[in-house]
Amino acid sequence: MKTNPVPRNPVAEHVQRIPRSGIRDFFEIVQSMTDVVSLGIGEPDFVTPWHIREAAIYSLEQGRTGYTSNLGAPKLRKAIARYVATHFGVSYDPANEVIVTVGVSEAIDIAIRAILNPGDEVLYHEPCYVSYNPSIVLAHGKPVRISTSAENGFALKAADVRRAITPRTRALMLNFPTNPTGAVLPRSDQEEIAEVCIEHDLVVLTDEIYSELTYEGQHETIASLPGMRERTIFLHGFSKAFAMTGWRIGYACAPAGLTEAMMRIHQYSMLCASIMSQEAALEALEHGREPMLAMREQYLRRRNFLTHQFHEMGLSCAVPKGAFYLFPSIAPTGLTSREFALRLLEEEKVAVVPGDAFGPGGEGFVRCSYATGMDQIETAAARIRAFVGRLRVPATV
Amino acid sequence: MEPLLEILTDNARTSNETIAQMLGQPVEAVAARIRQLEDEKIILGYKALVDAEKAEAERVRAVIEVKITPERDGGFNRIANRIARYDEVHSCHLMSGSYDLLVVVDGKDLKDVAQFVSGKLSTIQGVLSTATHFMLKSYKEQGTVIGVDETPERLKVSP
Ligand SMILES: Cc1ncc(COP(=O)(O)O)c(C=O)c1O
Repeated sequence: MKTNPVPRNPVAEHVQRIPRSGIRDFFEIVQSMTDVVSLGIGEPDFVTPWHIREAAIYSLEQGRTGYTSNLGAPKLRKAIARYVATHFGVSYDPANEVIVTVGVSEAIDIAIRAILNPGDEVLYHEPCYVSYNPSIVLAHGKPVRISTSAENGFALKAADVRRAITPRTRALMLNFPTNPTGAVLPRSDQEEIAEVCIEHDLVVLTDEIYSELTYEGQHETIASLPGMRERTIFLHGFSKAFAMTGWRIGYACAPAGLTEAMMRIHQYSMLCASIMSQEAALEALEHGREPMLAMREQYLRRRNFLTHQFHEMGLSCAVPKGAFYLFPSIAPTGLTSREFALRLLEEEKVAVVPGDAFGPGGEGFVRCSYATGMDQIETAAARIRAFVGRLRVPATV
Repeated sequence: MEPLLEILTDNARTSNETIAQMLGQPVEAVAARIRQLEDEKIILGYKALVDAEKAEAERVRAVIEVKITPERDGGFNRIANRIARYDEVHSCHLMSGSYDLLVVVDGKDLKDVAQFVSGKLSTIQGVLSTATHFMLKSYKEQGTVIGVDETPERLKVSP
């Protein structure tokens, strides 16, 4: 009798190495429950402003349903270049330095793939957005984490960057304001980091997706520092500030050589971003500033409220300077992030995301999103207060 | 508009404690400011925004264009004030354009409103003419879209 040979694993080795997202696990538990008040959502609660939706409807009525240029519709690229020049102080040529992508997600992917040779190391700060590490692994690179700490407000320090550099280091990924910590990167730190990047000839990928949602002071990008434009890939999109997550639209700006490299991948893997979303994005850039600022004002007030609530509970928490997340330390409760999140969910039906979903450095913290209505936030805060009260946290204030 | 008023015009039931925490101010300061705004009649009142159709309120509403003769002293004010003080009048505004006052009138039924217009409004000295339009259906009221639930369905946890 013939025995079947053991079939080999059909999944590529580097894909096998990608861990399951901690958020997905947690998501499945939450999704199976009813009446949950969720502070676990990483997208705006606002529906895309009507004028943007209406512009997309109009473009459909006009029959604009075809492909666009690989780089994206010229009028949108022009508007992006204008927007980035005005609000970030960096000039890009819309003809060959701007590429419209399917969300910042795709921009991150093609940027990393465009620059990495197998085995190249990419530095990124952690806790961070969940896609950075796997995106590097998928591009056959080696992710190298740099832990940021609550004491430094989760900002990245140049000395830590320097320490992590090896001869194989190719790039540094930045995301300020940061998901999940709400941290921003002070200009002085940007300058020191820029110096290290220039010295070691690193490419910088800066994910600026939360930049409009900065609550104190003016946001500045590392790309605008001397000597940085030529080595920076500037990644941005519409999901957060303009409440357009479902449209899947973003962009990358970089010197022509890098943009061309990204375009080579994009043209075969994506062809182009959806034309309907490009039309909507154009409307957002041209007429969306006021509604965007109004949404930011709402986030700011919710942030103030929720931060106050955590302080009163005795859970220390830096006032986040950007994005729409609070990242309180739950260490005083004696629970791990996961225990805290699971028990809070079971006992009070409030969902927060355990900090370790954003990397091991997130242990001891939970992420609470305030991209949700004030009534929900008030309910959630009252429930968390009851939960923490039962744990008898020693008061710190 | 000041942030405190923005919060209250968005939701008048927001508690003083919540407002204080949203604005990072002491709750006493918020309470004092609200009292002051009320005293100064900047805050005119707090009323529920009701979908009258759903509440099955028996009511008809009419918008009436009114032309009046301005008076030597006081212009339109005296007559406008006289009209505004009727209980039937929901709101009253001085307008630019082809008529002078826009008067919104509520009544039990068509006859009720018609009687008010012919018996009271048009008999006021100085009122030259009226044109009455009955409202059939409301789609948006004070910034709130009616009948469309725009609470988006979001994933309960997302990155
Ligand atoms: C830091 C960060 N980058 C990128 C993304 C993905 O954005 P997009 O919707 O543009 O793909 C997110 C979404 O949560 C994010 O938090």
